[in-house]
Amino acid sequence: MNNLTVSPAPHIKSGLTTQRIMWIVILALLPAGLAGVYIFGICSLKVIFISIISCILSEAIFLKFRQRDTRIILDGSAILTGLILAYNLPPEVPFWIPVVGGAVSIIIGKQLFGGLGHNIFNPALVGRAFLQISWPVYMTTWKNPRWALDAVSSATPLAKEKAVNFSYIDLFLGNHGGCIGEVCILMLLIGALILIFTNIISFHIPASFIGTVVVLTWIFGGDGFFKGDFVFHLLAGGLVLGAFFMATDYVTCPLTNKGKLIFGIGCGILTSLIRLKGSYPEGVSYAILFMNAMVPLIDRYTKTRIYGISKT
Amino acid sequence: MKKLFKEFLKGIFRENPTFALALGLCQTLAVSTSIVNGFGMGVAATFVILGSNIIVSAIRNFIPSKIRIPCFIVIIATFVTIVELVMKAYFPLLSKALGIFVPLIVVNCIVMARAEAFASKHTVVKSIFDGLGMGAGFTLALVLISGIREAFGNGTLLGLVIVRNFEPALLFILAPGALLVIGILIGIVNLLSQRR
Repeated sequence: MNNLTVSPAPHIKSGLTTQRIMWIVILALLPAGLAGVYIFGICSLKVIFISIISCILSEAIFLKFRQRDTRIILDGSAILTGLILAYNLPPEVPFWIPVVGGAVSIIIGKQLFGGLGHNIFNPALVGRAFLQISWPVYMTTWKNPRWALDAVSSATPLAKEKAVNFSYIDLFLGNHGGCIGEVCILMLLIGALILIFTNIISFHIPASFIGTVVVLTWIFGGDGFFKGDFVFHLLAGGLVLGAFFMATDYVTCPLTNKGKLIFGIGCGILTSLIRLKGSYPEGVSYAILFMNAMVPLIDRYTKTRIYGISKT
Repeated sequence: MKKLFKEFLKGIFRENPTFALALGLCQTLAVSTSIVNGFGMGVAATFVILGSNIIVSAIRNFIPSKIRIPCFIVIIATFVTIVELVMKAYFPLLSKALGIFVPLIVVNCIVMARAEAFASKHTVVKSIFDGLGMGAGFTLALVLISGIREAFGNGTLLGLVIVRNFEPALLFILAPGALLVIGILIGIVNLLSQRR
């Protein structure tokens, strides 16, 4: 936003359309999904497909109902919402969970506010929060990687932190139970690098978000001060997925760089608070949703000064 | 007669306390978890609105305007006490389910709003119809909201199972469900009244 200059016509078109951005983000998310399918088996692929189809159908039906051009669904935002929602689900949920989740994400999370660009909350996270509150049993039944001995169900590393020790390399590669898209940090980082090098996202939100979580879990996560296992908190759970792919959603994050830093730090504080003191083992999605609600306020107080006008 | 009937209908549609005026939402949010609770609260509130409307409009010329709000509250509290005691005596289960929200009718915005905005300015007969209409509108809204919440959140209607093997969405029984349902219903009501 710093390079924004207003000049008289003619203008050069940059070619970076909403559609293009959406497809690049989808592309960047693919490696993590492939890893999830590889780790948990074909059932996770099913969840991803159902979720995407549900999102596209809900969007089409609602656009028709609002008498809008149904070709808007081709902008890829519904597919992206479906993909992110599926990445936030356990791999073995019943088929109707992603169906309901997709419909709630698109209809309540996005279309009721007026469609893409008008939504206050990240649609996929609205869907996930709805599912988490409505059917907590399904949403917390995790599957072990398909090569594990007890392949039925287990808790995520965050939930059984005290009982079992995971090696950092297992956490980094995704060799543990968890949501489809959040387990393989390596693949998520590859996607994140794509986004940063194509200038789709800036580093402000991910850096401040992850940084805050690392600092806070290092200070307060252990038995005494400065003894917390921050590498564990960095690698376990949905922190990397959330920080790079969900908190950076254009519609629901602040406009200015200063605002983005505040947003990221807020997300980090809330995530650490929920993880360390709350009743849920994981807090990334609720933290992001909560900070989404703060965005208008943050934008208001980080408004850039109009050039040439004195501060009054 | 037609005019009186209009006062009655106004409370149900055009000035529906929940959907058009957005009053009394605290009780609506809290008790609309099942149809029985919603209906019970609706009837209790109707009785209080009716009673307070009658008394307020009957003595409207004797209340000094500076202390009218305390006067209204004393009148309303009288009727709420009647409702509470009757409910405790004859419907102990309902009374237990509604809990603190029965005495809280005293500060229900609908009752206050009708006393202040209508009963203190109109005749007794008109106020009766206004109170009945507002009460009916509130009860209908509560039954509608609690019906939706009970059906989705518990899989039942009036305590009867509708569909077998239905896994209820807990969210609808909890607070966020109430906010979502009320918000969407207000949206639908606005949409319908715009089209008309």
